[in-house]
Amino acid sequence: MPNPIDAAARATPPTVARRIRGLSDRAIAWLFVAPTIFLLLAINIFPLIWTVRLSFTNYRANRPNEEVEWVGLRNYIRILTDDGIWANMQTTAHFLFWTLFFQVILGFALAWLINRKFKGNDLLTTLIVLPMMLSPAVVGNFWTFLYQPQIGLVNYTVELLTGTPANSFSMLGPGGYAPWSIIIVDTWMWTPFVMLICLAGLRSIPDYIYEAAEVDRASKWRQFWTITVPMVLPFLMLAVLFRGIENFKMFDMVVLLTGGGPGNETLLASIDLKREAFEKWRTGYSSAYAIILFVTVFGLASIYVKALNKVKER
Amino acid sequence: MKTRLLTATAVAALCTAGAASAQTNELTLCWAAWDPANALVELSKDFETQSGIKMNFEFVPWPNFADRMLNELNSGGQLCDLLIGDSQWIGGGAENGHYVKLNDFFAANSISMADFMPAAVYAYSTWPKGSENYYALPAMGDANGWFYRKDWFARDDIKAAFKEATGRDLAEPKTQKELLETAQFFQGREIDGKTVYGASIFTERGSEGITMGATGALYAWGFKYENTPGKYDMEGAVNSPAAVEALEFYKEFYKTATPPGYDNAYMEQSLDAFKSGQVAMAMNWFAFFPGLYADPNTGGDKIDFFVNPPQNQPASTLGGQGISVVSYTDNMDGALEYIKWFANPDVQKKWWSMGGYSVHNAVLNDPGFKDSAPFAGDFLEAMSAVQDFWQEPAYASLLLAMQERLHNYVVADQGTAQEALDGLIADWTEVFQDEGKL
Repeated sequence: MPNPIDAAARATPPTVARRIRGLSDRAIAWLFVAPTIFLLLAINIFPLIWTVRLSFTNYRANRPNEEVEWVGLRNYIRILTDDGIWANMQTTAHFLFWTLFFQVILGFALAWLINRKFKGNDLLTTLIVLPMMLSPAVVGNFWTFLYQPQIGLVNYTVELLTGTPANSFSMLGPGGYAPWSIIIVDTWMWTPFVMLICLAGLRSIPDYIYEAAEVDRASKWRQFWTITVPMVLPFLMLAVLFRGIENFKMFDMVVLLTGGGPGNETLLASIDLKREAFEKWRTGYSSAYAIILFVTVFGLASIYVKALNKVKER
Repeated sequence: MKTRLLTATAVAALCTAGAASAQTNELTLCWAAWDPANALVELSKDFETQSGIKMNFEFVPWPNFADRMLNELNSGGQLCDLLIGDSQWIGGGAENGHYVKLNDFFAANSISMADFMPAAVYAYSTWPKGSENYYALPAMGDANGWFYRKDWFARDDIKAAFKEATGRDLAEPKTQKELLETAQFFQGREIDGKTVYGASIFTERGSEGITMGATGALYAWGFKYENTPGKYDMEGAVNSPAAVEALEFYKEFYKTATPPGYDNAYMEQSLDAFKSGQVAMAMNWFAFFPGLYADPNTGGDKIDFFVNPPQNQPASTLGGQGISVVSYTDNMDGALEYIKWFANPDVQKKWWSMGGYSVHNAVLNDPGFKDSAPFAGDFLEAMSAVQDFWQEPAYASLLLAMQERLHNYVVADQGTAQEALDGLIADWTEVFQDEGKL
């Protein structure tokens, strides 16, 4: 039987073979990896370093002719001592916590349901995953109509169930409902994503483990807590990581639903950052703001990934 | 082979040259996507015929207009040769080199700013304010005005109920307080078996809505940005007792006389509320009035218009724009030719007749102007008492601060009017300190 390496060498055109003959394996590896590394440096690392540099200046991108002043840590100090920004961070944390909470509970419950074999299972799965296939812009616009006090289905349903007049409250207006309205929309849209990941986890559990548990006369409840939950947990944690990072950056849907209002009730850090960077054009200041957000997400994600690895090792 | 290569290269070069030549014979005009923009497309066909220059248009919906266009300018983009930009952009446009200074061109082509309404020239063309440095030609006069259901106001049963409720005749409000009283009268009233509401006003949070709406009351009460123009001395002006009273009035208006859920409403929502027969009155820009009058359901003899009512003084919030030549254009001659054509009195007359709000004296001083449209007289009256927001290069920071303070107080029920205006001074002071102006 011919050696495949020899065969590959024979198949290589002689000119190419001659050209790379003088290169070591390491050099050839670098040759192939270099374009990717160059792209990564150009579009990821360089902008990051440049942003860090800008964060120590008063640079404004809309005034290219103005002298750029080195301001040291001033931008960082202003941001970290700004009550408004801390309030936006709290709004973001509130949004993040409750969306993850509901999506994990509902996503897992739906996956548990879908994992059972029953008639119409496939159709139901398709229907459930529909919301996450929609564009956030579309979702934002049609939920605005659903929440409309006079013609919206939500207020109408509340009136039907509780007798509270539909016109008497606004889900996106004052009264404290607006943050919850956004949490509802995000949960509606992204629970299917968590469900799919949980479903993958549930389907990866071999049947023989449950069969062994049955032989040991373990109850369903005990099987759930000692087999299902631990084995799905790494998947669930992965889903939380993805959704957590995504929701930290949530922008489009909130802008469409409330524009950050009423007042600042739904002003997430990402919306505030966009206004600082591309409406006020405080590039240096917003660079510092972006770095703080990046470090926060990166730090939290790193801790989380370590925890995830520990769970996987168990 | 070489011959073929040379031929191909020559053909490619010729094609490129042709494309470049075609490109210089085109102009792109950028503006917001709304009724007057459609009229301008029609009007510009005359320019195309006359000059041989093909006109392209880039119209962006209002909510994204500022973002899109300011990004374009700030990045030195060549999308727009001509830009009909908001009045507040003039400071930034001039100081950051986005707009071409037009003084020499005006002088060389006998275009006189004295031929245009002084308030419009001041607001749309000059920087620094009050100087004779022109960065735009007034293109579209506009102010925030009001319109109402004339057919409802004329009904005997409604008139009688109004008289009984208020002790006065139902008519176009003459003061801000009458405006509120009239709106409150209609709030929740049954008309033809349908619940209607007082008025739709601007409360939008994201861009400029609530500021444009609330300043209609603030200016009427006598609100000033500074005690001394150009000194940025805001204490006692921005938060004067009259300003506090005006802001409390606007909040009361929002709470007691607007349709449910109008907590983030701007131009479109105001038009929808009126056209769907939900409200008796609505505020909006004069630019929409021709379209409203032509509406088959709520226009014609069912609608009438009035200028923003005075309280302590007559005042209207300024809208409208000037047309500027973008300094990054690759067709400077063509862009200037368009400006010259647009400044022509005959073109200005046609512009008005097509639905554009010309502020050229040849149009406004025409004896038949007031009768040329049911809102023409109101437009003249409004433009004689317009006030605009800051036009500083940092106007966006100033505007966002006001949006936040007003929405927090008026819609989100946080704090008092006094606290909102005091806070606004603090925000604006910080902006001007950053700008090195304080």
